[in-house]
This record gives sequence, C-alpha cells and structure tokens, in this order.
Amino acid sequence: MSDFVQSLRLWFAPQRIRDEGETPDYRFSLANERTFLAWIRTSLALVGGGFAVDQFLPDLRWGVRVGLALALLAAGVLCALRAVNHWVRCERAMRRGEDLPASRFPAVLSLVVAVVALAMVVVVVFGWTG
Amino acid sequence: MTEAHGTGAPDPEVRDPGLQPERTRLAWRRTTLSWTVVAVLAVKLALHDDATATGLTALALSALVWVGFLAVAHRRIHSLSTARPRPLSHRGALLAAGCTIALAVFGAALIW
Repeated sequence: MSDFVQSLRLWFAPQRIRDEGETPDYRFSLANERTFLAWIRTSLALVGGGFAVDQFLPDLRWGVRVGLALALLAAGVLCALRAVNHWVRCERAMRRGEDLPASRFPAVLSLVVAVVALAMVVVVVFGWTG
Repeated sequence: MTEAHGTGAPDPEVRDPGLQPERTRLAWRRTTLSWTVVAVLAVKLALHDDATATGLTALALSALVWVGFLAVAHRRIHSLSTARPRPLSHRGALLAAGCTIALAVFGAALIW
C-alpha cells in the first residue's frame, strides 16, 4: 500500500522521474504509451458495459440493475487509475534500467469480470423465467 | 539517439521501420473512437427518462470531458508526427485518465 502511495506521488512529479536514470529509447516509451491506451480502452469498455446494463436490462429489479452497473463503473474507474499508475512505474523502471513492475491487477480484473459475467447470466436467466 | 528532432520536418531516413509513432497515433485514434461510443451510450442514458435537471447537467459535463479527451488526443497525435516523438507528458496521461474517470462518475450519477 505504501508502494502505491509512493507511486501516487510520482504521478504529479514528472520532474522527479525525469531526473532519474537515462532517457530510454523513444520506441520503448511509445510502446508504454500504447499499453496505457489499451488500459484506458479496457476502462472505457467497462464503463460502457455499465451503461449498457442499465439501459438494456430494464426488466431487472432496480437494486440488481444498479448494483451491476455501478460495479462495472467502479471497475472502469479502477482500471483508469491503474493505467496511469502502471504507465508511471514502467517509465521510471525503464529510466532506471530495472525490470518492469509485475502486477496482480490483470488476474484480479479477469476474475472480477468473470464473476460479473456469471452474475449477469444468473440474473438474466432467473429474472426472465421467474 | 534520445534527443528529439524538434518539430522540424520529419527526416525519412531516421524514421523507425517498425512505425512505432504511427502505431501509437492509431492507438490514440482507436481510443477516441471507443470514447465516442461510450459517450453516445451516456447520451442515451441521460435522455432515456424524462430530461431532468440532473440528466441534462450530467449530459453537458459528459460532453465537456469528451471534448477534453479529444483535445488531449489531438495534441498528442499532432506531436507524434515527428520522426522521434517525445514521450507522453504526465499532464496528458493524467488528463486522459481523469476524463475517463469523470465520465464514469457522471454515468454513476445518472444511473443512481
């Protein structure tokens, strides 16, 4: 957690990163930027999924519908935050010549998406038969 | 090697054969397209029920962050037209992610 707070400080201190190590090959930075954008698109897909749940499943009970939608929106927010965090940490690691940061986030996100998808299947099937 | 070639005319001889700047530019384009799709969904969400004050406010704010993201993407795409572009600025990354988070928050306010 203190690790997270530390990199949170780096978000707003670009100069501190620029002072460290050497500037990596510009192609590595561009690859890092594309990874960042891919995470932003993942975040957008989750946000869009939240909007879609609210609009296209109007037969569900209010609590279930809003709960699912807000869970997806929250996952989208987390994903966008993590996109910046991962981008900053990768930039720093490349400047220092360290290994790129490993992370549990992709595994956790896949599990969350799988659980939400299962919940949606269950809710839709039971919602429409019952 | 790492020195940016400034904003002068791109030199075809130093252009990366892997087309990294072009790929990055297309990644920004894809992301603006995804953004637009989600923004359209947000409009549908806001106009689904009767147009309430909350709905219209959230709609206006969503349009604002959409334009904000487009501005960030436009600036970045423009700066990627050199042969050796500088890395993405922190401000750009924070704005891009911030706009996405803001859209999610406005959507949550609409859904609630």
